[in-house]
Amino acid sequence: MYQIVRKKVLAENIILMDILAPRVAKHCLPGQFIIAKTDEVGERIPLTICDYDREKGTVTIVTQTVGAGTKRMMSLNEGDALEDFVGPLGCPSELCEEKNLEETKKKKIVYIAGGLGTAPVYPQVKWLHEHGVEVDVIMGSRTKELLFFIDEMKSVASNVYVTTDDGSYGFHGVGTKQLEELVNNGNKYDVCVAIGPMIMMKFACILTKQLGIPTIVSMNPIMVDGTGMCGACRLVVGDEVKFACVDGPEFDGHLVDFDQAMKRQQQYKTAEGRAKLALEEGDTHHGGCGHCGGDE
Amino acid sequence: MDMMKKVPVREQDPKVRATNFEEVCYGYNEEEAYNESTRCLNCKNARCIQGCPVNINIPGFIQKIKENKMEEAYQVISESSALPAVCGRVCPQESQCEGQCVRGIKGEAVSIGKLERFVADWARKNGIKPKKADKFNGHKVAVVGAGPSGLTCAGDLAKMGYEVTIFEALHQPGGVLSYGIPEFRLPKDEVVSAEIENVRSLGVKIETNVVIGKADTVDELLEEGYEAVFIGSGAGLPRFMGIPGEQANGVFSANEFLTRNNLMKAFKEGYETPISRGKKVVVVGGGNVAMDAARTALRLGAETHIVYRRGEAELPARAEEVHHAKEEGIIFDLLQNPTEVLVDENGWVKGVKIIKMELGEPDASGRRRPVEIPGSEYEMECDTVIMSLGTSPNPLISSTTYGLDINKRKCIVASEEDGKTSKEGVYAGGDAVTGAATVILAMGAGKKAAKGIDEFIKSKNQ
Repeated sequence: MYQIVRKKVLAENIILMDILAPRVAKHCLPGQFIIAKTDEVGERIPLTICDYDREKGTVTIVTQTVGAGTKRMMSLNEGDALEDFVGPLGCPSELCEEKNLEETKKKKIVYIAGGLGTAPVYPQVKWLHEHGVEVDVIMGSRTKELLFFIDEMKSVASNVYVTTDDGSYGFHGVGTKQLEELVNNGNKYDVCVAIGPMIMMKFACILTKQLGIPTIVSMNPIMVDGTGMCGACRLVVGDEVKFACVDGPEFDGHLVDFDQAMKRQQQYKTAEGRAKLALEEGDTHHGGCGHCGGDE
Repeated sequence: MDMMKKVPVREQDPKVRATNFEEVCYGYNEEEAYNESTRCLNCKNARCIQGCPVNINIPGFIQKIKENKMEEAYQVISESSALPAVCGRVCPQESQCEGQCVRGIKGEAVSIGKLERFVADWARKNGIKPKKADKFNGHKVAVVGAGPSGLTCAGDLAKMGYEVTIFEALHQPGGVLSYGIPEFRLPKDEVVSAEIENVRSLGVKIETNVVIGKADTVDELLEEGYEAVFIGSGAGLPRFMGIPGEQANGVFSANEFLTRNNLMKAFKEGYETPISRGKKVVVVGGGNVAMDAARTALRLGAETHIVYRRGEAELPARAEEVHHAKEEGIIFDLLQNPTEVLVDENGWVKGVKIIKMELGEPDASGRRRPVEIPGSEYEMECDTVIMSLGTSPNPLISSTTYGLDINKRKCIVASEEDGKTSKEGVYAGGDAVTGAATVILAMGAGKKAAKGIDEFIKSKNQ
């Protein structure tokens, strides 16, 4: 069992937890993820590593409750425990590996974090800061209420640009628009790292291709085992089929087939949606999902 | 009774079992087991023992059944096998122990598998455990992977007095026994968990949720004080065909489909993991895994087709599994091969394009090579495609272990006699070495490696 040592609500439906998992905390690097399972009946849910403390043996995860599985997991409290917590999984970010540090130091890097993407971007920026690499970060969100980690990000990045789609805080518009403006104002970047919803990463890549900025994305397809044994997370990169859980999750964004990946992400939407409805409505669920036939 | 024939085993009615996940085969009761045991001729040079990859003293345990000494029968088996309730159920006995049985020359072989299963089930119901080592010998060994080879290797080493820890990547031990083979062939709680408990009762520690190669590496385990490491990480990497449309929604590897159903219990009410319940499912492949996937899809409510590029005689699956699948209503489309997955505008499977085949000259493996018949293509409607084309070893461990040789098929190179690899102190066995094979071959490899490790550690400490 893996104890929850801290729980904090960051924004509506966005929850942070520190999990006691010394083995993961000892080995993980920015860019990697974990898979957690609440209890016997729970599903295996891939979650981003947002931070880690090797001494305390804790790993910080940030989750947005979107379906029945994450909702039940995030209803747990400090002192409760997750039944399973496995990691680190996936490859570390290439920018955050000691062996690449000299090369990385020569680059001017900009991060675009969309929504929950702030969580995986933070440990990368923090690692780079600790290794003497300063980067710019654009943090985008739908609206002011969903923003989190602004102060944390400011403490590790050289410039932080906050954007909201509705203009309720910071720059009015999406992150890519902010990037375009920065470049138009004379900022030069050698690498862009875009992490967030697939649709956001897709548009970031369309823009950076035009701007000629190589771009890394972190893919978040459906996963089951997370160790390369099922191929649920497969996606097309260039001409090759890759498993995001072992070959990624980070890929060259200009080679990823986003349309295919987005379709695959929808695969269980009905099942997930149904489960969520059934959970929310409980005994009052009468077939609103359009599938179960209600009381029949 | 007819001494030339096996005592028949009772099974669930095909029409009923096609709608549930209960075990198909009920196994023998005491009377049936006794009657079957009397068919054993108790050969002096028993060929059946040679046919068993872990060399169970088969006439020995069958004599104990005749004498109604079940506990002793169980101890005879567990001298050689850590998972008898599993092996009695899933071994291809017809090509192993039973294939060698003298009775089989004129009539039917003794039903060794069903008798082994009977003894193991009896022992479980009566709380009999395998015998533990008297004391630890002070030496530590790590085992990577809690599948059949790892469990066997760990169990054997523990019986010799070693302190053994198994590291398992998934949240449940068992490997293919837990995620791959379905409930209706191998009940999880009743049989698999109980057998794993038996291995634990020998003193073996099992740490789940540890991916060796991502958390600790094999080299770190050796530095941490484990004197030897056994790698039994299996061959879990699924193959796809590389045909157009294969990334469509509704196309799964058999591994994914079976893992969702068996390990995550997607078929059971109350479990959160979703599974695609197709209306019409095409399973591509003809091995045991294809049969398992097809029979699972059928139980989830689908009309299910097996599409296989060779003929009936070439099906790699066990005859018993093919027979069961047919009884349950699986449709076999033989000498046919998909060339494309047809996809609708929303990215979902709507069918497969299939070409008919004929058998040509035998290939290197001795099987006749299937050849496409030009112009024979047709389209079959379906909403789910399950690819069951075999698996290969995951490179995670070999790529993170310094000095470990692999061959061109990504399999770890290890000695067949004792599992020794190119790296001192590191042994390997099972599918990680051979590529996808059988449960019992993996157990045999685990057993030999345990002996190899014991000799290695003893020679080092002399």
